[in-house]
Amino acid sequence: MSATDGMTRKRRTMQGRAVVAGSASGEAVVSAQPISLWGGLDAKTGEVIDRRHDCSGRIVTGRVFVFPWGKGSSTGSAILLESIRLGTAPAAIVNCATDPIAALGSIIADELYNRPVPIVVLGEEDFRSIRDKDRLTITPDGTVTVEKPPLRTPPS
Amino acid sequence: MAIALSENDGWMLDGRCGQACRMAMSIVVRMAEVYGADELMDVSQAHIDGCALMSDAGLEFAEKLAAAGGKVLVPTTLNMGPLDLQDWRRFIHDEEFAAKAVRQGKAYTDMGCVPTWSCAPYQGYLTPRFGQQIAWGESNAICYANSVLGARTNRYADYLDICAAITARVPKCGLHLTENRRGQWLLRLVGFSGALLAEEVFYPVLGHLIGTMVGEKIPVIEGMPTRATDDQLKAFGAAAASAGSVALFHAVGLTPEAPTAEAAFQHCQPQRVVDIRPEDWYRAWDDLAGVEQGARLDVVVLGCPHLSFAEFRALVEAIREVAPAKAADGVDVALLTCQQSLALVERTDWQAELDAFGARITRDTCIFHTPMIRRDAKVLMTNSGKCAYYCPGTLGVRVALGSVGDCVRSAVAGRVLRRRPG
Repeated sequence: MSATDGMTRKRRTMQGRAVVAGSASGEAVVSAQPISLWGGLDAKTGEVIDRRHDCSGRIVTGRVFVFPWGKGSSTGSAILLESIRLGTAPAAIVNCATDPIAALGSIIADELYNRPVPIVVLGEEDFRSIRDKDRLTITPDGTVTVEKPPLRTPPS
Repeated sequence: MAIALSENDGWMLDGRCGQACRMAMSIVVRMAEVYGADELMDVSQAHIDGCALMSDAGLEFAEKLAAAGGKVLVPTTLNMGPLDLQDWRRFIHDEEFAAKAVRQGKAYTDMGCVPTWSCAPYQGYLTPRFGQQIAWGESNAICYANSVLGARTNRYADYLDICAAITARVPKCGLHLTENRRGQWLLRLVGFSGALLAEEVFYPVLGHLIGTMVGEKIPVIEGMPTRATDDQLKAFGAAAASAGSVALFHAVGLTPEAPTAEAAFQHCQPQRVVDIRPEDWYRAWDDLAGVEQGARLDVVVLGCPHLSFAEFRALVEAIREVAPAKAADGVDVALLTCQQSLALVERTDWQAELDAFGARITRDTCIFHTPMIRRDAKVLMTNSGKCAYYCPGTLGVRVALGSVGDCVRSAVAGRVLRRRPG
């Protein structure tokens, strides 16, 4: 395998739509399931608390929360807003369908505190290509750069 | 793409109508961009869910709008709030929390909202009309308003609701527009016995099942009993909106945009046709039993969404069928309602029976906002699909869903007793 092949495998860029524009980077927490942020995310701790959800128990603080779309309670925007105020929010959110509830929480955080959480919507194929623990970098134009986590050094 | 704004929208956006209008319009316009809408449209009513949760951010937002002179331009009701305004000391010992919750409520009423504090606003004051364009928050209320009343609202998330009320404008998109209200999936109820269809729990369990199946699609349901009551459709919709994102369903022969399946699909073909059989229903019923039969019961919750007068009547009738008509020691029975339903109950002689049973009525709020479930509670029983869906995560309890009769018998026995329906 040539160095170039290694690079293309390790790092690639995808173009999405910036629902709420901003820059962020962090490790991906990937879910295959939609989530209701209310009842699904604890704003005090940043933990996913929907016990039926595949990310139950995981912390999204400072990470890029990747889930297909939002569902359930319209109180979700309040949860995201409060988590932004408390500093427990994800660094960014990546969806494959626009989640207006999360977008609103982020826009209000921008109006109130000047601190939005960037949200990007990717096409379904790009969305599905993101793996848990990938390192994602998001730019205001909606580009998402994916870097695979370094492989563990094999025991010598 | 730039949003086409009216002259008045522009005045609001540039601050000529005051700072509250400016901030509200800025949020409405940014959300129009999120939705991909080309322009804004009028709404003539609003229901605010943003008043429900007590968070410092929510309080700062409401007080900022109110202090900037924010006033609602359309009749606006309030969803339940963080506490029972007349009796909060029963559950809340944190004076600072209570003081902030009262401040938040005052900010919303100062802006002109009607203090209904109800999550079933369609059963009270200012019920919307068929076809009326409205901006509602609260997932169960949205589902009911769209589906059962035929009013038109998108899922207004917290804080956009008050912005819509202040500006009387919303992004022109989604379920406000006829073509987007077209049914997408045809779900046929096949092989259900009359006995199962007549069960009260048929509705919340079916709602849980359909919500899980369809996600955000618009289901058209064929075979739902045409005698379904408002309360049964409320239980169905609340469960479907929790387990999925159902903001609109059509029930053929029952809801106003579905006189026929063809009408519900606006003469297009369904994207999918799925038969739902009793075995599917029983699988959902089993899924909603997070605890084994006979387990020790700590708390019963009824009124998610808020109890109507008719639901109080059904509860009192269930209590009259058990002996002793008293919950076992150690079992709390929490009844959640709004002031309007309670005012009717206060004109009956049921209060003494409810008191003797050990049932405690809380108004204006719910278990997710006021800490009325004791901390050591492990097992909760309810007749609500919504409550059953959210409780394990938000309150850390195991939940069994049963009928009102099951809940009452279980409370008396102090153990979970679910009768298999049908």
